[in-house]
Amino acid sequence: MNTQQTNQSNLPSDNKATLELRNISRTFGDEWEREEIIKDLSLTVNPSQLTVIVGPSGCGKSTLVNLIAGFDRPDAGEILLNSKKITDPGNDRMVVFQETALIPWQTTLENVVFGPNLRGDRTAEEVEAEANRLLDKVGLAEFKEKYPIQLSGGMQRRAELARAMINNPLVMIMDEPFRGLDAMSRELMQEFFVRLFEENQKTNLFVTSEIEEAIYLADRLIILSNRPTSVRSIIDIELPRPRDFHMLSSPEAYEYKREAMEILHEEAMKSFHREDNSSAAAE
Amino acid sequence: MTDTTSTTQTKKPPTGLTRTIYDWGTSLKSPTPYLMTFGIFLWIGAYYLFVEGWELPRFNKLPGPVEVITEFLNPDPDWGMSLFTAEFYDHVFVSCRRILIAFAIATGVGVPLGLFMGWSKTFRDYSFPILETLRPIPILAWVPLAILMFSGLETPVIYLATLASLFVTTLNTLLGVDSIDEEYFRAANCLGSKPHHVFMHIVVPGALPFIFTGLQISIGVAWFSLVAAEMVSGEFGLGYLIVDAYMNITYVIMVIAMLTLGFVGWLSSALVRIAGNRLMQWRVRALALEGR
Repeated sequence: MNTQQTNQSNLPSDNKATLELRNISRTFGDEWEREEIIKDLSLTVNPSQLTVIVGPSGCGKSTLVNLIAGFDRPDAGEILLNSKKITDPGNDRMVVFQETALIPWQTTLENVVFGPNLRGDRTAEEVEAEANRLLDKVGLAEFKEKYPIQLSGGMQRRAELARAMINNPLVMIMDEPFRGLDAMSRELMQEFFVRLFEENQKTNLFVTSEIEEAIYLADRLIILSNRPTSVRSIIDIELPRPRDFHMLSSPEAYEYKREAMEILHEEAMKSFHREDNSSAAAE
Repeated sequence: MTDTTSTTQTKKPPTGLTRTIYDWGTSLKSPTPYLMTFGIFLWIGAYYLFVEGWELPRFNKLPGPVEVITEFLNPDPDWGMSLFTAEFYDHVFVSCRRILIAFAIATGVGVPLGLFMGWSKTFRDYSFPILETLRPIPILAWVPLAILMFSGLETPVIYLATLASLFVTTLNTLLGVDSIDEEYFRAANCLGSKPHHVFMHIVVPGALPFIFTGLQISIGVAWFSLVAAEMVSGEFGLGYLIVDAYMNITYVIMVIAMLTLGFVGWLSSALVRIAGNRLMQWRVRALALEGR
């Protein structure tokens, strides 16, 4: 409760950020062998919405995340956060990666306070108080002195969420964050994450390859095409919030799922045929 | 994993001396100390049988363990050197001081050098070919140069020990920086790190495991080249003592010096290992979880 008040009074606009990708293209390779990963991709992540991106495997989702995070730059097009062009990594966008990227030589608490203490925009006491509050929220208060290796997979993901949230980013980017967790932890993390989002309503871009996860979380579902990747179609998910798992068995959810599966299947088949063609050409 | 962490939470771990005693107690329950003792006795037994028991050819010229140990523990030694003579400690002290100086210089120069080489592509491009060309030159090949460059007896010896250990430290530190996962650099950048933050919080701690592996090797290499150097030039030190004892046909002293070298060398790398574990608590935990 406290959070929402402070968030709203201090930084009224920080969960109203818009992320825009305009005609992005990215090609890898040298002059003899070029591979176009992303081609003319445009999409908008609306403020205070949870936008989920799904796509056939190997379609360049991670490449897209790297571009938005600023680790990589597009060959053409531009990425705008609140109409400001993105060129480098920055703490206005927090990325939670596929594999855990907690720093192994820092304890959980040290990991969480790392970002704010580097920038020094708040005093160390304020930062630590905030970190303790967040760790409590993600259920890791007891584990703050532990090193990441001593935490379970689910705990590591939650520690990473706390590390991202303490920086008050304009937008959160989640790159298949629950991949590799067992089914039970994964479900718990999804539930935890959706509560968190519903509470702070921060602009969020969530990348996944699981269609059920996507429908459960999303306000808006963006389906990517096969390589070269662009937006294939957009489905607005109008399930009520707060979400719970029962909604996944409702007829609406079923309909969304069927629609999304059909498109994804079509895209996946294309990649199959392309592989056939290229191997035939190679022979 | 959740279970283990929560049980340790409830019981406070002992610290300091209590902890040390506890650890000793636990290790006495494992087969390790008994196997080690058995191994040592097995080795000494074989040594005794070969040299003093059966007097096998090739071995019969050597001083046996009984002879060496009696002499070593003799307050009034027949050959003039034992645990009770000041001269013995003079040699040990001189060698240890040289190692300390050489190791300190090599670490003080090698670690920063390796860190910068790993961190800055430009700096690496400048310096890597030189390092890789100089590194394979055997340390004995540097002896004439060392004598030409430095006057006196002390400096060339220290120079040679430093040089050998410097290459090892630098290369290991460099590899340590290379070993750091790209993800941690990304995480740090994402969290708003400036380059000097990345250096202090990612490059240095991330390279530490390799640095300490390197330091353990480098202190061994330092002893190795120190003894070689002392054999060539010098009037004190354990290496000198070995050659001197050989020349004077006092083989017992030669073996005493060799065993002392082994012991001091082992002690010095144990100290490096302990220092490393103190600095890398996260790694100690990681290895403990893997049951090591």
